[in-house]
Amino acid sequence: MLVESPPEQSAAPGAAAIRKRHAARAAGLLAALAVLALVLVASIAVGAKQMPLDEVWHGLFHYSGTTSDVVVRDLRVPRTILGLMVGLGLGLSGAVMQALTRNPLAEPGILGVNAGAAAAVVSAISFLGASTLTEYVWFALLGAAAVSVLVYVLGGSRSATPVRLALAGTAASAALVGYINAVQLMDSKALDKLRFWTVGSLASANMDTVRQVAPFLLAGALLAAALGRPLNAMSMGDDTARALGANLTRTRIGAMVAITLLCGAATAACGPIVFIGLMIPHLARMITGPDMRWVLAYSAVLSPVLLLGADVVGRIVTRPAELQVGIVTALIGGPVFIYLVRRKRMAQL
Amino acid sequence: MTVELPTGRIRSRSRTVRAPGGLSLRAEPRALLTGLLLAAAAAALAVVLIGTGDFEIAPADVVQTLLGNGTPAQDFIVNDLRLPRVLVALLVGAALGMAGAVFQSVSRNPLGSPDLLGFGYGSVVGALLVIVLFKGGATAVAGGALVGGLVTGVLIYLLSYKRGIHGYRLVLVGIGASAMLIAGIQWLLTKAQFIEATRAMVWLTGSLAGRDWSQVWPLLGTCAVLFPLVLSQGRALRIAEMGDDAAYALGVRVERMRMLLMLAAVLLTTAAAAAAGPISFVALAAPQLARRLTRSPGSNLVTGALMGSVLLLLSDWASQRAFGADQLPVGVLTGLVGGAYLLWLLVTERRAGRI
Repeated sequence: MLVESPPEQSAAPGAAAIRKRHAARAAGLLAALAVLALVLVASIAVGAKQMPLDEVWHGLFHYSGTTSDVVVRDLRVPRTILGLMVGLGLGLSGAVMQALTRNPLAEPGILGVNAGAAAAVVSAISFLGASTLTEYVWFALLGAAAVSVLVYVLGGSRSATPVRLALAGTAASAALVGYINAVQLMDSKALDKLRFWTVGSLASANMDTVRQVAPFLLAGALLAAALGRPLNAMSMGDDTARALGANLTRTRIGAMVAITLLCGAATAACGPIVFIGLMIPHLARMITGPDMRWVLAYSAVLSPVLLLGADVVGRIVTRPAELQVGIVTALIGGPVFIYLVRRKRMAQL
Repeated sequence: MTVELPTGRIRSRSRTVRAPGGLSLRAEPRALLTGLLLAAAAAALAVVLIGTGDFEIAPADVVQTLLGNGTPAQDFIVNDLRLPRVLVALLVGAALGMAGAVFQSVSRNPLGSPDLLGFGYGSVVGALLVIVLFKGGATAVAGGALVGGLVTGVLIYLLSYKRGIHGYRLVLVGIGASAMLIAGIQWLLTKAQFIEATRAMVWLTGSLAGRDWSQVWPLLGTCAVLFPLVLSQGRALRIAEMGDDAAYALGVRVERMRMLLMLAAVLLTTAAAAAAGPISFVALAAPQLARRLTRSPGSNLVTGALMGSVLLLLSDWASQRAFGADQLPVGVLTGLVGGAYLLWLLVTERRAGRI
């Protein structure tokens, strides 16, 4: 009987085969970029006021101050750019987190990093009177950093299992959400402001927001890109990584800084958005295989596709009102999470 | 550094009482004593709590009034205003404590409480639907909470079922479901007008303010049916903690028992949520504290329930003392204290290598 052996297990692939696989991955990346371009256009065109493509074109390149030009330039474009950046941040941070903890369930939302940023922002708004993004982005970063370290330590640092980390993160989130609720109850003005922010929404985006969070997200993205190689080494286990010349401490610290920058800035800009960082790296790995450099590249392209896609869907389903993007991603992401948990390998954790 | 390991004390202090005819019964004096002391503490706290408020009544007068010898004014305040509230606290605490003990035993995990598994969020979604979309009254809200919690419970059970229920899968599926339910809650909060949003916020923190006899009776009925049911399965539950195979060999129909108990626990949780909102962390903390006090292995169903009552009464009393009568819902206090306790639990459990 003929047994077909899976391609990975055949003898070491020759240089030609490797080149071929790289070409296939690059082609896939180009296709993903094309999809991203489509979603970007859809995000500008779809909404309470529908825009035909020629109006979009006019608004973008021949601005003359008509109503639709204003809608395109001042509302849709900032929103789309912010969605692009935030999606990229969440996806990359999820990929780095899953590689750092070697944990398929690691995700900024599940691990409580978003809740940490949210709790810090809520405190800043309610107690210190912070009102602009420039003021509270720092608090978001601080909160994200504190909680990611706390959960990592509580979850057992290097001996952490997926279940332990998920439990530690959920426990931390539960405590933080209790705190956020308490603050909102005592300060009803803050509640009115916060109940929209804590959902996770792109609706209030403007160019100022974009400008303020861009440096943080850019720095985090560059750092994440630089981590591809050392994270590859680490995926083979600490000892092998050390033997391959990777500096474990530096990689871990770099990864934590990248996660903090990406999650903190994304959360500060549009509230806690869950599950993007969980789903996209899994999807990317299914397409590319385990090489982190490709996983990071695919995550960076596919996450904005999902975030902006969810945003567009949210604008369509309850028109003329909007469903916040954080709600749409949670409704899509919850089933994916449960599917991952139910898979055979996860069940044996 | 020494870490107290409750399960390390399985070295049994129990005695075996033998009756003629081969019947034998294990008696645990320490658990019995703890139970009696907790019951006494709950009763004492209830009396103190009835006397606490804008109109202070001395504990002796409270007891006199409860026995029917008070002045008309005291009679009105005690029997019509404060007694139902305290009874709700007592029953809600007991229901949450027992439900928590069941869930922690079934998931074999001290963190497997209804708070983290998402049943509470199911009740919240049900209640908020009624508050925001239908603007219903208190009874309709309670009904919504009940339905929401039950539907969530059944769904989570079905989703985590795969050749039996596995503890960790249950917990993780619960975490995933919670995330979706939280999204639903937040969407409903943004749909609400400001007044309704505030009302919803108070409800979803869990509050005992303004509870009257109409909340006591349904809750009492539910507890009267479900407590004996859960207790009758206590022995089987304890055997199942030794592992499914051992339990099957000893004649326990594990999956059936588990389904029955989880259904009962979900009902208890949602009945509690319907009466007082999803009060957080009592279900998580009470069984663990009870276990540390009794130092007995097993699920500590009765002591867990009593401990739940004591915790809730104590939190209510403390929040009234600290912030003034009905300034803050009791759920805020249990949330803050419980959150800190949870983190401590995580640290010690990790040191002991149990999670």
